[in-house]
Amino acid sequence: MEFGFSPEQELIRKMAREFAEEIIVPRSAEFERTRVPPVDIFHAMGEHGLLGITVPVEYGGTGLGHLARMLAIEEISRYSPAMGFMLQVFALGAAPLLDFGSPELKQKYLPALASGEYFATVTVTEATGGSNPFGLTTVAEKDGDNYILTGRKVFITGSSLCRLHTISAITGQDDRGRKIVTAFLVDSEMPGFKSGREEHKSGLWGTQLGEVVLENCVVPAANILGRPGDGIKVAMKAISETGRPGIAATGLGVIARALQESVKFASERVVGGCPIGDYQGIQFKIADMSVALDAARYLCYRGAWMKDQGLRCDVEMSKAKLFATEAAMVAARHCGEIHGGYGWLEEYVAQQLYRDAAILIPSAGTSEMMRVVAGRAALSGK
Amino acid sequence: MDIVVCVKPVPDPKQWSKLALDPVTKILRREGIDTILNPLDRNALEAALVIRQKVGGKVRVVSMAPPFTQEIVRETLALGADEAVLLSDRAFAGGDSWATVLVLAAGIRRWGRPDLVLCGAESADGSTGQVGPQLAHLLGLTHLTYVCGFEDASPERLVVRWQVEDGYARVEVRLPAVLTVTKEASKPRTMTIMGVVQARNKPLTVLSAADLGIDPATCGLKGSPTQMGDMWMPESGRRQEILRGEAAEVVMELLTKLRELAALPCH
Repeated sequence: MEFGFSPEQELIRKMAREFAEEIIVPRSAEFERTRVPPVDIFHAMGEHGLLGITVPVEYGGTGLGHLARMLAIEEISRYSPAMGFMLQVFALGAAPLLDFGSPELKQKYLPALASGEYFATVTVTEATGGSNPFGLTTVAEKDGDNYILTGRKVFITGSSLCRLHTISAITGQDDRGRKIVTAFLVDSEMPGFKSGREEHKSGLWGTQLGEVVLENCVVPAANILGRPGDGIKVAMKAISETGRPGIAATGLGVIARALQESVKFASERVVGGCPIGDYQGIQFKIADMSVALDAARYLCYRGAWMKDQGLRCDVEMSKAKLFATEAAMVAARHCGEIHGGYGWLEEYVAQQLYRDAAILIPSAGTSEMMRVVAGRAALSGK
Repeated sequence: MDIVVCVKPVPDPKQWSKLALDPVTKILRREGIDTILNPLDRNALEAALVIRQKVGGKVRVVSMAPPFTQEIVRETLALGADEAVLLSDRAFAGGDSWATVLVLAAGIRRWGRPDLVLCGAESADGSTGQVGPQLAHLLGLTHLTYVCGFEDASPERLVVRWQVEDGYARVEVRLPAVLTVTKEASKPRTMTIMGVVQARNKPLTVLSAADLGIDPATCGLKGSPTQMGDMWMPESGRRQEILRGEAAEVVMELLTKLRELAALPCH
């Protein structure tokens, strides 16, 4: 059993660290203050190849795979969970096209996604849906060679930034009255596509979240991903095998940073004549963070490795996402507590990690939904 | 143009607070400290890549360092160098700048005479600044140290900015030559994923003393004209002294003490 990374994977981690230090860190104070998404950084991600890691070489990417993607997201999230989050979203957005797009759609759009010219996201969630993918109400009616989409999507990261959206819509009912859901690749330039209200989150500042409104949006039938009726499969594969590991990797970055900041503060802060790291109470918190980081990494890396091997990995990714994001929340709280009052001052990163970590838990499925996936798998003997 | 860049893996200066000196062996303890490319060597590499872009040719990298630095040297390939050679042998250990240059020169000569050799002006750890000029001497090339900018390049000559006190001089350098560069000379690029992938297929060769035909007695600690006498961590601290008495007397006493400490002029 191999536990080490290849020299190339180590270099990817280093490259991501360098990108964060040179391109993100000099700007982070600004976007954390203004909460305005730094779009130029997103384009720079493309120019540096970070958006093409999972895109095959023939479409302008490097095809390095999901473990490499995870390393990059983890490393960038260590410096900025918000930027790591956006990096993961853009690969999530490309996933349905990669897995279900026609050769023509891939040829048309993937090179632009790999280079950062366009960004993509998955636009599935509705106010009536969330964790229930069949709760959607958006409809798509056939009109010659096109479909006319009408509906409203909510909680869409990159709603107004992304050019491409994978949108699920009801295209009919089956014999038993169940919804037939179809996935469409929608270009925001298509008539009837509108960005709706912008949401304001408590953390992950520098990301963008909002609604997408479809008012008789005209989408060519050629933009269907997979076949008509594959909509749930298209969305769930992307969310469970690309979205959840992306969020989990962001969590890894949060844990690693929380540990790093805690060790630094505990080594420097002197109380009662010695650094607070000499006290067992502090050591226990740091030990818990360190163990959680190792455990979360092994879960995450295993899932990503399985994905790269072409193995089904939705259950493993759910476990990884559950553990890594919950551990990120605990690590961020411990980090704040170790810092005492300083932990909740804006000039210390602990409070930001806490706000950022909290948002990872409901993203791409709540912890309860991850437990449902893991629990069902265990009960069915998987 | 055949360009050679000399690089040195060094302990990350950002982590120097963790460096410790073994009081008995006088060897630096580097545990837990990352090794990085010497920052000024990245400026040298960047300058080489820009010159290659303008006039064509090849950028080769040479480094004398322990085997574990192979992946550090590989970064230069990810950044755009065409080929790299790591000169690594236990016999090279502990060498001063002259012993190092003997090895570097042997590594460079394998490629024939280069048109241009670029080095960082100094290393972040040793900071001697001697490698560039000594290398030029051994290779029989002219040299210019502390180049802080590149204005023009052709296969025969470079126009560079040479750092002098309070400014720079514009200098035309006929090639071949060895130049050492400062951090103002270029803005090093960041690695890209594409660069990392391309590095996969670029040659990175590790060569020993035997491969280079170097007599081990002439290199490393044995071949070094300078030998370290001692090494210690300087102690620094604050000293307090309270002067008491009449204000005028205290002021005069203070002035005397400051003059004794050479903190004030004597007149």
